[in-house]
Amino acid sequence: MKVVLHVWRQASASAAGKLVDYQADDISPDMSFLEMLDVLNERLIVRGEDPIAFDHDCREGICGSCGMMINGAAHGPMKLTTACQLHMRSFSDGDEIWIEPWRAKAFPVIKDLVVDRGAFDRIIQAGGFVSAPTGSAQDGNAIPIPKQAADDAMDAAACIGCGACVAACPNASASLFTAAKISHLGELPQGQPERMKRALAMVHQMDLETFGGCTLFGECQEACPKGISIDTIAQMNRDYIFAAATEREATDVLGSG
Amino acid sequence: MTTKLDARIPAGPLAEKWDKHRFEMKLVNPANKRKYHVIVVGSGLAGASAAASLSELGYRVSCFCFQDSPRRAHSIAAQGGINAAKNYQNDGDSEWRLFYDTIKGGDFRAREANVYRLAQVSVNIIDQCVAQGVPFAREYGGLLANRSFGGAQVSRTFYARGQTGQQLLLGAYQALEKEIARGGVTMHSRHEMLDIVVIDGRARGIITRDLVTGAVEAHVADSVVLGTGGYGNVYYLSTNAKGCNVTATYRAYKKGAAFADPCFTQIHPTCIPVAGEHQSKLTLMSESLRNDGRVWVPKKKEDCGKKPGEIAEGDRDYYLERKYPSFGNLSPRDIASRAAKEVCDEGRGVGPGGRGVYLDFADAIKRLGEHTIRERYGNLFEMYERITDEDPYKQPMRIYPAVHYTMGGLWVDYNLMSTIPGLHVIGEANFSDHGANRLGASALMQGLADGYFVLPSTIGDYLAGVKVDGLTAEHAAFREAVDGVNARTARLLGIKGTRTADSIHRELGHIMWEKCGMSRNAAGLKEALVAIPKLREEFWSNVCIPGTGAELNQSLEKAGRVADFLEFAELMCTDALQREESCGAHFREEYQTKDGEALRDDEHFAYVSAWEYAGEGMPPVLNKETLEFENVHLSTRSYK
Ligand SMILES: Cc1cc2nc3c(=O)[nH]c(=O)nc-3n(C[C@H](O)[C@H](O)[C@H](O)COP(=O)(O)OP(=O)(O)OC[C@H]3O[C@@H](n4cnc5c(N)ncnc54)[C@H](O)[C@@H]3O)c2cc1C
Ligand code: FES
Repeated sequence: MKVVLHVWRQASASAAGKLVDYQADDISPDMSFLEMLDVLNERLIVRGEDPIAFDHDCREGICGSCGMMINGAAHGPMKLTTACQLHMRSFSDGDEIWIEPWRAKAFPVIKDLVVDRGAFDRIIQAGGFVSAPTGSAQDGNAIPIPKQAADDAMDAAACIGCGACVAACPNASASLFTAAKISHLGELPQGQPERMKRALAMVHQMDLETFGGCTLFGECQEACPKGISIDTIAQMNRDYIFAAATEREATDVLGSG
Repeated sequence: MTTKLDARIPAGPLAEKWDKHRFEMKLVNPANKRKYHVIVVGSGLAGASAAASLSELGYRVSCFCFQDSPRRAHSIAAQGGINAAKNYQNDGDSEWRLFYDTIKGGDFRAREANVYRLAQVSVNIIDQCVAQGVPFAREYGGLLANRSFGGAQVSRTFYARGQTGQQLLLGAYQALEKEIARGGVTMHSRHEMLDIVVIDGRARGIITRDLVTGAVEAHVADSVVLGTGGYGNVYYLSTNAKGCNVTATYRAYKKGAAFADPCFTQIHPTCIPVAGEHQSKLTLMSESLRNDGRVWVPKKKEDCGKKPGEIAEGDRDYYLERKYPSFGNLSPRDIASRAAKEVCDEGRGVGPGGRGVYLDFADAIKRLGEHTIRERYGNLFEMYERITDEDPYKQPMRIYPAVHYTMGGLWVDYNLMSTIPGLHVIGEANFSDHGANRLGASALMQGLADGYFVLPSTIGDYLAGVKVDGLTAEHAAFREAVDGVNARTARLLGIKGTRTADSIHRELGHIMWEKCGMSRNAAGLKEALVAIPKLREEFWSNVCIPGTGAELNQSLEKAGRVADFLEFAELMCTDALQREESCGAHFREEYQTKDGEALRDDEHFAYVSAWEYAGEGMPPVLNKETLEFENVHLSTRSYK
């Protein structure tokens, strides 16, 4: 099959970017979307042109590296599918495809489709963990965890940190990402001691990173390749409100940056 | 000149060695720990767990990875599970049994003492991960669930749906982020290590390239830890993430670290077959699928073109069940892989190019119901359907073997230190625990054992013996190394040929898969040893890398990795050629029994081959660490 691509090209963070057109011929429907870009890049390199930069690694939909807007949708048209797992059979011969990077103030473009998602790491640093130094653990079966709780925790923990939720949100909010971690750890007994502190610190960091606020559009849930539910945001809000009401911990946490 | 390999295995009974050794090792005074700077290259299970644990102990740590975040390391893709000798199922498991299974699975080419220690600490790993909030699968009573995995006859595998690696890595990543926030670890994402600096015989730092700006930087430390993963991508197509490479370990090899058993590579039997020339990587279907799936091909070649449903039960050959009645579909990976290749070579393969066999869930769905199968494998089935456009609930999956894991790696002693003092190697990057073949669900265990429990103890023994000396990157050795890296980048960019690095990599992969893959023979290996240098010449005279070194340049990154693979591939073939026996995943066609089973030669080959770099253009020097087996009897494997 043949497709026409309009790809965002931007040489560096400070350079101006623009959409550039490419004709991609001889594309097999069995190719993944990234394999289609590989093939195009191979051709560009041989022609002496600069290939399109994009992040990718596992190509199995689990590392969260790949991420791009495809025809205006984060990761493209297939539900529950990352760009690397999308296949060209989802398109038709002759289609025009627009490919752009995640657009969010908190995710500055580094080059072409590559953006800086460091803000996500910093949100985790703020409190997305259980403080359990190596060696301090008791037997794994010492605290039974109801299967339902473990399953719910796993549902939220499935987040791959790709950033599609932010890219899809009209406000560029990172609420789904942040809430997924708060819910994952909040479901488990191990997450309880730091639960309130975690909610405050992570939400605070999210705001510092210039992500927008959540107005419950629900676009994030639609775009999430792992099907993380927007219910996690409700959970986050409950934890946050409860925690904010208990001043003592709040000053502890915010003071520590 | 050969190096004397001293594995420094502690004396005493096997089960007491680790405890005794921990007591005998020197400790670093807690107040002094922050004076020591440790560089950890890699943020996979091994690197992240090590960096976090070392920081918790008080060391100053810098951690490096080439991805944009440490959470994206290749470990994230592991699906099936992690072993531990908990014996929660009361089915006869024990540290001793896990030890024995690992040694036997490795076909008696691993070090007893290391493997026993691995089995011992395995139980602590599960506890640690649970404490971090890893959402392992649970039974209705709230206790941890287990399954049996690849060849094991006990249920000792812990799992988190089909995303065990992801959840374990996120646990380690979160611990790492916690330490970053505390100021104990400085994280350098999007940095690639391109050289290691050795001063007065000790590893003192690394040279990296900032992948965003292109800046080449020197980093000084008191000890360097490599947790840079495996080199399966030497085959171009493998189940590894695209960025997996041999660069870090190979550069260390060139600076004097011995490379052990490079030819030991594991081929995984259950991957999605190649769809065409454009294929960029292969996707693993977790072999936990083999617990419930039955492997078959048509008995008759003529049936291969038919739809699977049209082939009558009597016309199907469940060849694993037929050949290996006691293990059947759970036969070890190498056996299952070779058996698949055999039936395809006979012309009975299915799917495009006849390179595939069926993995059929129809019986399991009948027995357990679709709901249970969905619960167990839902996400794997989805992944399969997404890639192939076929529904495995309705028709059998097609699978074929693919390169998956590399048992070889930098040689390390009992303390996980390489032949360069101060250079430690952990996780898949070292060779230590799996011998000639790795059991399923044991890589995650080893990576976390090394990072959480072994290295944090053993590195102290090294650091306690060295003085903090105020070395800086101004030292001539660092400047020279930086110049070397810059010169190499300039040379790569200056070639301006006509071929992409990928196209040359693909060609290398083809050579390796054909000549140094699932089965090898002397003639083929010798051909490869002629073809590889030729291809390397082609690379250095005709590769085309657009752009400059002072920007994000993914073509340059790739080319640098391919250049290393092109040298390393030769070392693999050289190693495969000298090992004139079949053991584990290393199957030399000349050495097999009448019924095609691997023929091991304990008299001549019960050793670890540790290769030493001898200089540009010189053949590498083979050093041997003889393996002593005091606790197990060297049995011949039979899975019949
Ligand atoms: C698809 C798949 C499924 C698997 N499933 C299982 C399973 O179910 N159970 C099991 O036990 N094992 C499994 N394995 C094997 C297991 O996942 C790996 O062996 C293990 O995760 C390796 O961990 P690691 O920490 O050693 O390396 P990796 O996770 O590969 O991490 C390497 C790190 O090093 C960094 N790095 C590499 N080179 C450089 C460089 N030059 N400069 C800077 N940084 C560098 C990378 O950025 C990364 O952070 C699976 C493997 C695959 C491919
Ligand atoms: S490349 Fe890993 S999720 Fe797409």
